[in-house]
Amino acid sequence: MLSYLTRRLTESLLVLAVMSLVIYALIGLMPGDPIDIMIFSDPEMTPAEAERLRAVYGLDQPILERYLAWLGNALSGDFGYSRLYNQPTLDILLPRLGNTVILMGLSFLLALAIALPAGIYAATRPQSPVDHAINLLAFAGISMPPFWLAILLIILFAVILGWLPAGGMGDGRDFWGDLRYLVLPVMALTIATVGSVIRFMRAAALEALRQDYVRTAQAKGLTGRQVVIGHVLRNAMIPVITILALQMGNLFSGALITEQIFAYLGMGKTIYDAVIGNDYNVALAGLLLATLTTLLANLLADLAYSWLDPRISYR
Amino acid sequence: MTERRDPLAPQQGLLAADTASARGAVLTVRQVFWRRFFRHRLAVVSLVFLALLALVSTAAPLVEVMLGVDSNLVDLFNAKQPPSLDHPLGTDELGRDLLVRLLYGGQVSLVVGLAAALCAALIGTLLGLAAGYYGGRLDALLMRFTDGVIALPILPLLIILAAIDLGKLGLPPGIVASENVSLYRIVFLIALVGWTTVARLVRGATMSMKTREFVRAAEALGASAPRIMLVHILPNVVSPIIVATTLSIGGIILLESVLSFLGLGIQPPLPSWGNMLTSAQELIWDAPALAVYPGVLIFLTVIAFNFLGDGLQDALDPRALQSKE
Repeated sequence: MLSYLTRRLTESLLVLAVMSLVIYALIGLMPGDPIDIMIFSDPEMTPAEAERLRAVYGLDQPILERYLAWLGNALSGDFGYSRLYNQPTLDILLPRLGNTVILMGLSFLLALAIALPAGIYAATRPQSPVDHAINLLAFAGISMPPFWLAILLIILFAVILGWLPAGGMGDGRDFWGDLRYLVLPVMALTIATVGSVIRFMRAAALEALRQDYVRTAQAKGLTGRQVVIGHVLRNAMIPVITILALQMGNLFSGALITEQIFAYLGMGKTIYDAVIGNDYNVALAGLLLATLTTLLANLLADLAYSWLDPRISYR
Repeated sequence: MTERRDPLAPQQGLLAADTASARGAVLTVRQVFWRRFFRHRLAVVSLVFLALLALVSTAAPLVEVMLGVDSNLVDLFNAKQPPSLDHPLGTDELGRDLLVRLLYGGQVSLVVGLAAALCAALIGTLLGLAAGYYGGRLDALLMRFTDGVIALPILPLLIILAAIDLGKLGLPPGIVASENVSLYRIVFLIALVGWTTVARLVRGATMSMKTREFVRAAEALGASAPRIMLVHILPNVVSPIIVATTLSIGGIILLESVLSFLGLGIQPPLPSWGNMLTSAQELIWDAPALAVYPGVLIFLTVIAFNFLGDGLQDALDPRALQSKE
């Protein structure tokens, strides 16, 4: 178990290292050069001064050397300053990572809470009208453009009904008041996620229902409910959890769109704003933090997998 | 329509091989396929819808001429007009005909969806064949790579990739400045991240095919590895590729619309359903139709491709029906 964990952690670090190099190189290819931006804000700068600035910031070095210098700083916890916010990068990113984790976590739990019963209900009544209806709704959820859904939710709940704020964040003083800002983003992200979870759950439950242990459980006289909860649910959860963890990157993508439309200060919106606003340090560190989060989620899912299914042991 | 013919030709091989042992089948393979496919009513409706959509959006220039409008002509005096005889669906915030722009947007969405799905399927098939056939180190390496790509937060990565200055990549200025460059770029980017599902499926199918007698026989006869992979194994793994590719088109169209909505995909003046929605949030009270039509079209097209993929899955995979009941 321990050696397995070590191996997985090493692999994750390797992925992260490769990603950091790739993204570092890609960001160098984005339009706008930091020095050009400085020249833009100070028209009296002479070319000689610009050259001197280039040397000061090490921008005249080859890319690999600049990357290694960045990596050295990053490993000591220094990710540089944000150009847009004039603050250290991590001071910007960490609170926003927290916001995104709240958004994604709530949506994930809500999606599971809807999809588990719905998927199992559909699987125990295959080809019934209810099954068809659930299937249709799941397909509708998968096929809905997430940004469009978010706009529709704003129109309905914020503009027509006026129940909830259209976007933004609470000021942190009033917990219940702040919670209102979360309702629409969580709803949008849940609807965008729940369809595929229902389909996974239904397929996994159908598979579990066909197994011999279900027949055994029925033969020993358990009621339908006992069989479903005690045997089908637990076994169907295993593949579903794996697939969901592998999709954590997708959930993050959904969160980005949701955050952008609801002006929710999360990682996704921050990365987007940083890319648009040429805030290289934030874009780079943000994308790496997002990758790290999804890799950790995958690892956690692997551990949950072995906890749910004692037949699997990691060496 | 290509959707109609493509699945059949190669798929015959697989089912023929499987049913050969169960002699006396009254129906031909083709008949079995269509019978199963037609049982999936939603898939049939979707196919008809997509065929119509492809037809009318291909005919967009014709509609433009018939209506006597210019889809790129900005006319601020006629902005946000309600439907009229001249403009059947009214005009957008810059006074351009909405119907014609929706049709051109449909062209873009369909072309991006199909082209990116095909490119992704091609990459995935080649990687999957290589990993499954050669096995060993190569397989382990390719599959770890695939896992890594799957784990990535794709949208933020695509946002950075979409923001890259193509001029800095050393591409000729003629290409960088061309109007369609955003279209090529998005097809390329989506293909770059979208191949993972097909690669895994093909790898699995290849590994099971590799041990079959006909592959052994070909090896014994001295066929080269590429020949075995492409001539003997590929035709037998085509049905999962078709199903996965069809199912991926919907997701690709969604991704394209998201990127275009964020201003990083298809660039105006080239219309796409996504970039037509960019200003929707502000315009919703002035001109709700502008926000409704593109969204509804994206939704219907994506759901149609998903139903079609689901129907193909039922029709092509003998085990799918069984597991549904």
